[in-house]
Amino acid sequence: MSLFEIENLVVEFQTAAGPFRAVDGVSMKVNAGEVLAIVGESGSGKSVSMLAAMGLLPWTAKVTADTLRFNGIDLLGLSPSDRRKIVGKDIAMIFQEPVASLNPCFTVGFQIEEVLRIHLGLDKKARRARAIELFDLVGIPNPAERLGHFPHQMSGGQCQRVMIAIALSCNPKLLIADEPTTALDVTIQKQILDLLMRLQAEHGMGLIIITHNMGVVAETADRVIVQYKGRKIEEADVLSLFESPKSEYTRALLSALPDNATGDRLPTIAEFLSDDQIFAGAVR
Amino acid sequence: MTHVLEARNLTRDYHIPGSLFKKARTVHAVKGVSFSVDQGKTLAIVGESGCGKSTLARIVTMIDPATSGEMLIDGAKVDIAKERLTPEMRQKVQIVFQNPYGTLNPRKKIGEILTEPLIINTSMKADDRRDKAMAMLKKVGLEEKHYGRYPHMFSGGQRQRVAIARALMLNPRLLVLDEPVSALDLSVQAQVLNLLADLQDEYQLTYVFISHDLSVVRYIADDVMVMYYGEAVEYGSREEVFSDPKHNYTKTLFAATPRADVDSIKARLARKNAA
Repeated sequence: MSLFEIENLVVEFQTAAGPFRAVDGVSMKVNAGEVLAIVGESGSGKSVSMLAAMGLLPWTAKVTADTLRFNGIDLLGLSPSDRRKIVGKDIAMIFQEPVASLNPCFTVGFQIEEVLRIHLGLDKKARRARAIELFDLVGIPNPAERLGHFPHQMSGGQCQRVMIAIALSCNPKLLIADEPTTALDVTIQKQILDLLMRLQAEHGMGLIIITHNMGVVAETADRVIVQYKGRKIEEADVLSLFESPKSEYTRALLSALPDNATGDRLPTIAEFLSDDQIFAGAVR
Repeated sequence: MTHVLEARNLTRDYHIPGSLFKKARTVHAVKGVSFSVDQGKTLAIVGESGCGKSTLARIVTMIDPATSGEMLIDGAKVDIAKERLTPEMRQKVQIVFQNPYGTLNPRKKIGEILTEPLIINTSMKADDRRDKAMAMLKKVGLEEKHYGRYPHMFSGGQRQRVAIARALMLNPRLLVLDEPVSALDLSVQAQVLNLLADLQDEYQLTYVFISHDLSVVRYIADDVMVMYYGEAVEYGSREEVFSDPKHNYTKTLFAATPRADVDSIKARLARKNAA
């Protein structure tokens, strides 16, 4: 049985211009200890499908799915309070903007201990010890002192480490990283990706990395799903995706990489592919 | 031939005033950087956040004065700390910023955004301004109907095109591009890079291209300068820097850049299976 299973997920938003389908029949499976990358441009529904699975979308969104199962539990049928017992504990998420996803009014120590208190019910002393241990794990120097710092006193890379520490605090079975390194420098990006991969291997977590950076995919993923306008275009293991992409869209995406530029101009997707052509090879 | 832009030993210090609890201190943001760019060429400046590359961009665009050192634009010495900037000088250098969502005034129509530099710096008539803005919209791949629209009606890539059009309204000699594509998707990034290459060919523009994405730099640059803590640790032609990086930081930077070729994926998977 897979750790996390989505079948035919559809997310619709009610807008003034009628319903807008952000995710259109996406299915995926993640096993324990596996790294899945979801690639796509902005607006391809990659973040929305994960938020929908975690129940973090606003009420204007209509989420339907044939299956939405985590570790044998049906997430769709759960009451909000039951759902909150899983989300943040067994399924954790890291967001794109580390500085924006931490509360500026509280110290980072308070924010990590809050998770430990609510989900694990640890007492004060145990919380602090665990928080120091976690900061140490994600490579924050002087963890005990750092607990008393506010987010604005730390750099972007440090804040992202704090976010990872919070996400890992309850030893999640599944970690969803939504563009975890997009806001960071390449050298910091390398450190954060190495850290995520090391922790993933050590804890045997399932890891879903959402990104639009093909380099990040190449460096981390076991399996890759390519999404475009809310639909799954291609799913393949990482090597065959880069070696012999099946769909036109993936091929176009790969040739738009400046690394692969052959002539003077970079090929762009809009110039030679229409939506019909892109969806022609789409898988379900 | 004179260089379009020449910098000699530029430095910039920021003084942070002290308070009851803190001593005043000085941050040396740029520590003696020299470089030159010729017409129609692109100089890429690479470095991590806080290394002084944006400070350098502010000095080159004459927003901020340098603390010491000389800057020559088209052979003429510029020092905004001592004398007022003339409109002629202002027209020579323009800048495009990283975040196209933050740099366009949401309460102004695209047409107003594009014509504003002309109102400030030239004595052009309203009709001419409008014609010029229309022509520029087409140049950057937008349409005339976009003239009366507001920035929120555009996607990120389109906004960046508007920002580029605004920078080109004054026919600058030198364009400073401060991470112009790092907020954009891969395919949109390719479109904007193509546009920049086309415009450079057409107007013989000179670019100072600031980025931390080495794959983009390798694609667009003629010369590359790597900055680290306010110093230029590496400066040379693209081939020199990429084939034979000398400074340790440059090597770290190359090692940290994710590689998307099949061989490195195979190597990674082999390492993973062995572990």
